[in-house]
Amino acid sequence: MKRVVVLGGGVGGTLAANLIARKLKREISSGQAKVTVVDVTGSHAYQPGYMYIAMGSEKAEKLVRPEKSLLDGNVELVIDGVTKIDAAGGTVSLASGVTMSFDQLVIATGSRILPGELANFEGEAHHFYTAEAAADLRKALDAFTGGKIVIGIAGIPYKCPPAPLEVAFLIESELRERGLRDKTELTFLSPINRAFTIESVSDMATPIFAEKGIKLELLAGVGEIDAERKVVITDAFEEHPYDLLICVPPHKGAQVVIDSGLAPKSGWLPTDRATLQVKTVAKPAPGVADEDVPRYPNIYALGDGTDLPLSKAGSTAHFEAPIVAERVSAAVQGREPEGKEANYTGKVMCFFEVGDGKGTLLQFDYNHPPKPPKPSALWHIGKIMFNKAYWRTVPRGRV
Amino acid sequence: MTAEPTVTTTIDARGSFCPGPLMELIRGMKEAEVGDVLAVLSTDKGSKTDIPKWIGKAGHNLIGVFTRDGFDEIIVEKTR
Repeated sequence: MKRVVVLGGGVGGTLAANLIARKLKREISSGQAKVTVVDVTGSHAYQPGYMYIAMGSEKAEKLVRPEKSLLDGNVELVIDGVTKIDAAGGTVSLASGVTMSFDQLVIATGSRILPGELANFEGEAHHFYTAEAAADLRKALDAFTGGKIVIGIAGIPYKCPPAPLEVAFLIESELRERGLRDKTELTFLSPINRAFTIESVSDMATPIFAEKGIKLELLAGVGEIDAERKVVITDAFEEHPYDLLICVPPHKGAQVVIDSGLAPKSGWLPTDRATLQVKTVAKPAPGVADEDVPRYPNIYALGDGTDLPLSKAGSTAHFEAPIVAERVSAAVQGREPEGKEANYTGKVMCFFEVGDGKGTLLQFDYNHPPKPPKPSALWHIGKIMFNKAYWRTVPRGRV
Repeated sequence: MTAEPTVTTTIDARGSFCPGPLMELIRGMKEAEVGDVLAVLSTDKGSKTDIPKWIGKAGHNLIGVFTRDGFDEIIVEKTR
């Protein structure tokens, strides 16, 4: 029997498992294949909704469902932690002490936020990367009566790259509605030399900062938080005082892939950009071309956990999952991967809120940068509709 | 012509896309000591403008931007 093990029950793991189970329906029913998802919580969270908790339009309980309810009936769910991946030996060790062997492994262990890696983050900075933190930010915004709001980023990459910009734009709209705009100075600290990593999106967003009167500071990654003086010190040593600080926390990949020697200390898995196979060394030695680095033939990564130069977003995992499913199924069936799902093209599609009930759409791949349409109500409504339809569509492979 | 100083740490960020090399340098600078000389190797064409700009803003000493065989090398001394 061929055993397919999927680590992680987020967007990527759930969708990949469901698509694999669909492709291997015959093999599973005849006992020739088995698909198992290992997830530490057994719950599936729709993380893009957290930002809306902070904006007061979403409830935490609506953003989580049992993982089992989203999985194909042919997929086994094991609720357990993963402590070690033995890539060469083809086994995975679980926290309960069980060792699980695999023929094909899909690593969808996502990214972690590490607020504790920046001194004074906890206690001083708000964020919106968990339901609880987003609810706390909502409380802080409700209590806010004017002053200095600083929105910053403590390290790249992080989940959902447009999110801090969206939060800046949405807060600005909210403050205007609440009559607090004149009493508030809003500053956005971009860690790079433009407003956003992708140039075309940066060109779209930069004038919005100016229109909304939000101060945009460049090359201003959050380096330190001085809790006593309530000042952010950037990694270029500039100081920005705050009354309310919102900061994207540092991110890393899963600890287990670092501990298993599959990823460098950042935790981002070296991943082939087309096949999504995990590379056997974290960084090729000088002079060794990337394509000469061997890939594990039976280990794939998708979603936030990869080192691909793409958004860490559910959308990326969503468009990667069919490629992983095709390749894993082909290997189990002893055939070559085929069709347009044989290789990933870098496709990502996501909505981008600009405030005042307007949004735009970012759609791109490795070779085509996004050309965001003029912000309109259409794309804002599109985002809200998508968020609501998520449960019935994405994890089940219906879109 | 002055000789290039001895590099304390080389950060090989070749193959990394914008803003990767800049972020790698910022991380390297945090770990370095004042007086250390860091070299960043980058194949991203944005690096030779963005990295010197950050160095200027942070007040470090830009030693030079050198075009090598297929990549750029930016050398900086940590001054604070």
